[in-house]
Amino acid sequence: MTADTEVTGRAMDRERRIAGLTADGWRKAVMALILAAAVALPFGLGSFQTFQVTLVLIYAIAILGLNILTGFNGQFSLGHSAFFAIGAYTSAILMDRYEMTSYLTIPIAGGFGFVAGFLFGFPALRLSGLYLALATFALSVATPQLLKYNHFEEFTGGVQGINLLKDSAPFDLPFSVDQWWYFVTLAIALLCFWMARNLVHSRTGRAIMAIRDNPIAAATMGVNTALYKTLTFGVSAFLTAVAGALSAIVVEYVAPDSFTFLLSVYFLIGLVVGGVGWIPGAVIGGAFVLYVPNLAEGISTGLAGVLFGVIILLVIYLMPSGASGLVRLAVTRLQRGFDQDNNKA
Amino acid sequence: MELFLNQVFSGLATGSIYAAVALAVVMIFLAIDHFNFAQGEMAMFSTFVCWALLDAGTPYWLAFILTIAFAFAFGVVIERVLFRPLHSAPVLSHIIAFLGLFFILNNGAGWIWDFTIKPMPSPFPEGSISGLISYHQIGMIGVVLVMLALLFVFFRFTSVGLAMRAAAQNPESARLCGISVGWMIALGWGMASAIGAVGGMLIAPVVFLEPNMMLGILLYGFAAAIVGGITNPAGAVAGGFMVGVLENLVGTYIPFVGSELKLTVALVLIVAVLMVKPSGLFGRTTVTRV
Repeated sequence: MTADTEVTGRAMDRERRIAGLTADGWRKAVMALILAAAVALPFGLGSFQTFQVTLVLIYAIAILGLNILTGFNGQFSLGHSAFFAIGAYTSAILMDRYEMTSYLTIPIAGGFGFVAGFLFGFPALRLSGLYLALATFALSVATPQLLKYNHFEEFTGGVQGINLLKDSAPFDLPFSVDQWWYFVTLAIALLCFWMARNLVHSRTGRAIMAIRDNPIAAATMGVNTALYKTLTFGVSAFLTAVAGALSAIVVEYVAPDSFTFLLSVYFLIGLVVGGVGWIPGAVIGGAFVLYVPNLAEGISTGLAGVLFGVIILLVIYLMPSGASGLVRLAVTRLQRGFDQDNNKA
Repeated sequence: MELFLNQVFSGLATGSIYAAVALAVVMIFLAIDHFNFAQGEMAMFSTFVCWALLDAGTPYWLAFILTIAFAFAFGVVIERVLFRPLHSAPVLSHIIAFLGLFFILNNGAGWIWDFTIKPMPSPFPEGSISGLISYHQIGMIGVVLVMLALLFVFFRFTSVGLAMRAAAQNPESARLCGISVGWMIALGWGMASAIGAVGGMLIAPVVFLEPNMMLGILLYGFAAAIVGGITNPAGAVAGGFMVGVLENLVGTYIPFVGSELKLTVALVLIVAVLMVKPSGLFGRTTVTRV
């Protein structure tokens, strides 16, 4: 498709009304509905379920970070558990050793994540595709061992990890602790998704995607590929570290064995299930990696890993474009259905 | 001096295992251009099969050969069933498929044979030569070297070996010459799986048998393959021995590393080699046409 037809196609889409609403109107309506449901959710759920939904949002932020890197910039990472760990440990150490208030630790954790990601982005520049996957695989396998390292024990608490206590709702707000932190997480998640959306739709975002699609052409057009790739790594790690900080606070505990290679795999699977390069997909991916392993455990405790493996293989074979493909398919079907109805009338 | 020699010999012994895993990784890389993240788990699973055979009273070397046969068939089946349909799928799909396989094998082994740590018998006598190198370590190195010699003969002097090399180097032309490239890839998977199984069976008496035993070894296997050059099987083997010795010397003589940061050493090694000399010590540089 050339640029011209795409533009006119969009213009037509914009004017066409389905059941009285334009495509954009429908998008806004669906978003408002989801948002209202998200706000109402904790009042209809028990405290454990609220806690679980909070974790879904946390995973979603981390997967969003990975999506920026892999989906929009085309760099693979099996090492995002390391950035998640950096966020979680920054937050935990600041709260535990320096008695900092938990809210303040979240942006600081994100900052540390950004710096770490930016720095890791430099070796990543020289590694294409597979080799980057391998280097980041090494990073995530080595992370728990680094966290256990006894010379850092004074800060990290070694194998024992760090126990934390989360603040309850301020100003005597009528929320339970779990509800309060659900809302804090929701607010941060919305902010992250909004920022990610704006990033992708900006000039910078187009440069980032151009590098994914054709690095040589992008460089020829004057895109500073090295700068954008390292920056993307930084932004991606920033989001994942923010998620890590939130998880440390919400779970009230950090320990080296929570940040294994497995966690990176979960992020990657969440990304693929949600849809690579589709921003809202991160939420679906987050829900998948939280609930499906639990579901597998429910079916058979011993075989949970096998079931999970089979499920992700099925996803790859049956819907390689993840939830984004399904949503797109559903939207086209619906549109076609409406068009046919209109024609008949 | 004795400590030094001791460390070098035991480094060579574990290095032989890294060499085997690296060789398996390289074989699959040459066949399908992907890193098999489940290579370690395939080896672990085969090692459990060997353990089960031994547990049922099979004599060691018979169990050893039966396990190699099993691993070979297992590799071929995995390629035919799981990876053949993904032939032209994007890289990410491959990575996810490898990870799915990883989960299935890791948890499957734990489910079938239990997650408890099991001692694995060694076919070699106990004891050592004047405290420097144990008979098991000599055995490890010896078995791996014999396996390499056999592979060399296979690839150099048999027509199937030649066909496999052709299929890896230039699939299009190989196909035109009447070579079934698809089956050569399956054969490559089978052989890689068998090589990994030999590594698993030899290292299990040292690290004990349990479903997670291969993760660290796989990482070192990758490091070995990268150091030696991912496109060169002989280089990967040399890389294995080098990485094994390096691991031990760094652990012994650099005080802050010790045994606690062994995986970090592998990480640094992988990143450093990929940055400074991405083709490894003995690999060829790939040139892409724009």
